[in-house]
Amino acid sequence: MLSQLLRKQTGVNTQLLTAAQMSNLRQRKSADKLVHSIVFLCAILGIFVTIGIIFSLFSETIGFFARPEVNLWDYFTGTDWRPLASEVKSTNFGVRPLIRGTMMIALISGAIAIPLGLGSAIFLSEYASSKLRKVLKPAIEILAGIPTVVYGYFAISFVTPLLKTFVEETLGGRMGFFNALSAAIVVGIMIIPMVTSISEDAMRSVPRSLREGAYALGATKFEVATKVVVPAALSGIISAFIIAISRAIGETMAVTIAAGATPRMTLNPLDSVQTMTAFIVQVSFGDAPQGTINSQSIFAVGATLFSMTFLMNIISNRILNKFREVYE
Amino acid sequence: MSTATETINSNFKERLGLRQWIGRIFFVIILMATLFGLIMLAFLLADIVIKGHEWVRPELFTNFHSRKPEEAGMKSAIVGSAIVLAVTGAFCIPVGIGAAIYLEEYAPKNWLTNFINININNLAGVPSIVYGMLGLVVFGRMYGIFSPGSWFVTTFNIPVNPGAVGGWIFNLFGIPWLEIHLPFGRSMVAGGLTMGLLILPIIIISAREAIRAVPNSIRLGAFALGATRWQVVNTNVLPIAAPGILTGIILALSRAIGETAPLLIMGAFSYVPFLPDSIWDQFTAMPIQIYNWISFPQADFRIHLAAAGIMVLLAVLLSMNAVATFLRNRFETRW
Repeated sequence: MLSQLLRKQTGVNTQLLTAAQMSNLRQRKSADKLVHSIVFLCAILGIFVTIGIIFSLFSETIGFFARPEVNLWDYFTGTDWRPLASEVKSTNFGVRPLIRGTMMIALISGAIAIPLGLGSAIFLSEYASSKLRKVLKPAIEILAGIPTVVYGYFAISFVTPLLKTFVEETLGGRMGFFNALSAAIVVGIMIIPMVTSISEDAMRSVPRSLREGAYALGATKFEVATKVVVPAALSGIISAFIIAISRAIGETMAVTIAAGATPRMTLNPLDSVQTMTAFIVQVSFGDAPQGTINSQSIFAVGATLFSMTFLMNIISNRILNKFREVYE
Repeated sequence: MSTATETINSNFKERLGLRQWIGRIFFVIILMATLFGLIMLAFLLADIVIKGHEWVRPELFTNFHSRKPEEAGMKSAIVGSAIVLAVTGAFCIPVGIGAAIYLEEYAPKNWLTNFINININNLAGVPSIVYGMLGLVVFGRMYGIFSPGSWFVTTFNIPVNPGAVGGWIFNLFGIPWLEIHLPFGRSMVAGGLTMGLLILPIIIISAREAIRAVPNSIRLGAFALGATRWQVVNTNVLPIAAPGILTGIILALSRAIGETAPLLIMGAFSYVPFLPDSIWDQFTAMPIQIYNWISFPQADFRIHLAAAGIMVLLAVLLSMNAVATFLRNRFETRW
């Protein structure tokens, strides 16, 4: 019985083995089984982390909306975010100013990072020699490894003064020290490598035959790059854009430091705004006691943030997987 | 035949000169796009070094934070970062490698494996601040199970201390190192574990790539000699994949050392004028200290001391990156 089972599993005819070899085999099989279950537990830990994130965010969020002072409708439609006001009423908890601040910074930084990242991806994938690529790619990726608090410092110590001089002396406009634009610029710089490396991977996996076909028809290098390679890698490129924007939405320290703490419904990037993440930091750093409406409001905002980025990540993974099916 | 050629010729203008000029202009544009990031990197580093280099003095490493900028240092932040990083590594290195081994070597092709994969990819995209909130609830507070008056405490009559660092202190043999506090509170254990969850997807993804790069013939050879799967992995796959796995681990840890938001949410303190006695103490970390200095009104803190702190942080990060790159280039095996 046992010998048949072992033979089935290992392909070893155990009747030919000595007793010592049998016990050795059993030992090795049981060690393998033990390791199998341990590494399985490691792998499914991630599922528990996801459940933990959803459970911890949403349990506090439900506690927040269960309060008589707030309601879901005003939260999503209200245009005032004054959670620290002395009078606690539902119209003070409208998340739209935070979402607008977040989206403004995410879109401006995307407008900076997407063309630059795509341009450098085309350069690295189509134009650069492999030697040059080996130097340039890690150099660009250093940008992604720099902590976000450093970008925040760079924004207020370098970008903001420069912009302020430019706006106020050349354009004659007015600009606050804390403003959405300089935060968006540094976030844009930060996410360039993300756009570059994902798009470049997508472009490099476009088969060489497509390029050579286009060259054979007399296309120039520019035409091959923009009319053959980019369209063929489009799903990968779009997924890179989505991931980069989602990263910008979740970015915390640079926007907390540089964009200020003024939740407002504005479209002017020279104004100070507050993002969802900056609000969470503001309340956490102020150390709101557990169970108060303030400490619960950060979970409502956190759940909103998580839902947005989660949705974007799922969409981008879907697009990426579809693209993989085509060429691999 | 001749009519076809004529039709093409009449509709098709070659304009080769113009097209090549467009190509040249495009080349210049994308070259500038590539250089833009590098130029910004140079500006960033130059800005920090110019403003901070005179403030990188011995006091920065030997003193705690002080109200006088010329006496202020980041000793507790450096120690805090090191201990948090050790906790992070102790937790997520074995778990990350284990998960990678399972997914590459053991996992059957079924819906569960597929789900685990999707899940890990999604976790890698979750904003770090959300991990901070997870850590706060799960590790920091443990859903309030151990707070005085909870159903758990009253049912089992557990001795808990009230207060911010209270909870249930559990000590098996009276050895300080084996002490366990529940909940973890605002301790380095809570911070390190949170950071561990944050970088776990990064470690899993990079370790999987390293394991996948090991050629299948190596595995088949070992199987043919009668090895079990674990023996194949342990004696053949892991030694070959080790440099790649190590590179990924170092890069992930360097990400953890620069992360600010999760620790801020977890309740790392901005002013810790002592060195910790154990991993259960409250703490601060380098990025937290830097953020704290940036928020000061005085220029000495906001500009110079913050820049000096950033120089120390970047020095640690860049040297970790250098080690990782060295390992990758030195031990990379081509098959």
